[in-house]
Amino acid sequence: MIVIEDLTKRFGPFTAVDRIGFSVSRGEVLGFLGPNGAGKSTTMKMITGFLAPSAGAARVCGHDIVTSTLAAQREIGYLPEGAPAYGDMTARGFLTFIARVRRLSGAEAGKAIDRAVEATELGGVLEQPIDTLSKGFRRRVGLAQAILHNPPVLIMDEPTDGLDPNQKFEVRKLIGRMAAEKAIVISTHILEEVDAICTRALIIDRGRVVADGTPGALMARSRYHNAVSLTLGGQTTVAVADRLRNIPGIASIEVTPRGEETTFTLFPEHARESDTLLVDAVARIAREENWPVRALYGEPGRLDEVFRNLTRSDTASSSGATGKDAA
Amino acid sequence: MNELLAVFRRELGGYFATPLAFIFIVIFLFTMGAFTFYLGGYYESDQADLTIFFNFHPWLYLFLIPAISMRLWAEERRTGSIELLLSLPVPLWAAVLGKFLAAWVFSGIALSLTFPMWLTVNYLGDPDNGVILAGYIGSFFMAGGYLAIGSCLSAITRNQVIAFVVSVSVCFLFTVSGLPIVTDFFAGWAPQQVLSTIASFSFLTHFNAITRGVIDLRDVIYFASLIAAWLVACGIVVDMKKAG
Repeated sequence: MIVIEDLTKRFGPFTAVDRIGFSVSRGEVLGFLGPNGAGKSTTMKMITGFLAPSAGAARVCGHDIVTSTLAAQREIGYLPEGAPAYGDMTARGFLTFIARVRRLSGAEAGKAIDRAVEATELGGVLEQPIDTLSKGFRRRVGLAQAILHNPPVLIMDEPTDGLDPNQKFEVRKLIGRMAAEKAIVISTHILEEVDAICTRALIIDRGRVVADGTPGALMARSRYHNAVSLTLGGQTTVAVADRLRNIPGIASIEVTPRGEETTFTLFPEHARESDTLLVDAVARIAREENWPVRALYGEPGRLDEVFRNLTRSDTASSSGATGKDAA
Repeated sequence: MNELLAVFRRELGGYFATPLAFIFIVIFLFTMGAFTFYLGGYYESDQADLTIFFNFHPWLYLFLIPAISMRLWAEERRTGSIELLLSLPVPLWAAVLGKFLAAWVFSGIALSLTFPMWLTVNYLGDPDNGVILAGYIGSFFMAGGYLAIGSCLSAITRNQVIAFVVSVSVCFLFTVSGLPIVTDFFAGWAPQQVLSTIASFSFLTHFNAITRGVIDLRDVIYFASLIAAWLVACGIVVDMKKAG
């Protein structure tokens, strides 16, 4: 439903988005990740027809965004960064305006507004000027605006930015409910969000795609993928570390003391293999030695670490971190 | 067309959603009255017509119209709502025209509320109502000219104060371009043709022609093409400035 090919945006000598290409089909929730200034928002602005691309193409439901801008824009619901709205209007007035622009007739518009208001739980503040609303409500007005015409394509720039944990949860639930029948793109730099709602993650850095895959596949790139984490109560002892190091198949160990507890992270020699055997082995030894175990689990991988390695563009190549990761 | 109407209704509603509309209209009417009766010496003139009243319009518009137009685009850019507006399926021309028409109708409302003036002269004497009507039409067109300039200049900045000051300056040039303050600058070295072209750009020249009671097609075309040109420029500026 969304097809992006070699999309490029240059601002003078600066290339903000550099030949990005991807596609999103119905039922997919694409998480758009990247550090600030990586080109996430610029890409979204081009897909929604706000900015004209310098090169490349974007098609939404078959409509080219440059040559048939309006047709493409009719298929899109867009929540721009910061959820801008007309602050002097009431939430109802604002949604009515959007319905008119979206060419919904009277009865249709009423129904669409009711549906969007219900989905975003705006009922209580409908008659208040948007300027007087809290950040969470304002964001929800923006969401209601984006989903008003039940678009097949939904593009949201940081939909949960600045929301409290409860509101974040609600917004994610809402996205989850709509996911099956829409193609959704969200940008975020909250990594847990990717794991929670995205079926696919795209990491971009300096305008280029540096990773594209399911959250699971991205986590598999982590150094911590299939590592085993063991947390013990009490003081660190050298003996424990030595005992763990002697387990067959262990490549290295990291020891992290934290208050009254100590966490040992065991890296297997073959990180791609499943960790269940290793977890079993550690559990057996812990029982034998009668260690005060607080936690023991196999790590799926750490998205934040993958993210850092992929996007530390200035330092990554020289630090050797990525090299080690790849090996 | 639907989109144009939607933008127009939202904008016009926007004026009345805040105290702006009421403050503007009150000040507009108050200064109009004060200028006409005190500065203009309306009673002393001993004439039952609205010439004095209309004579002040260009000078009042010079400051009051940019106050309406300054927010048109600068506000959208400051709050970021321009990104919302232009990613909705609204053609750029509909957004530009819708906003302009809303501001124009609003200034028309303010202008029409000066009707007690008209009642007054009709009570005091027997004026030529055709001339008065022509004056109102001319004044409305002139307001449109100022608004078109203001809306274009509002699009160059996200700061409303800058938009206001620049609009006042440019509107001032367009108002006085037929007066010595401008013509003297060009006289002596520029060819006569250039001089008369510059002078023909003056709002005053065309407005005064209309208020004499003659709605000449050339004056109407002048204001219409001036409005069209500045709105096209506005569209270009909005499109260019989106990224910034």
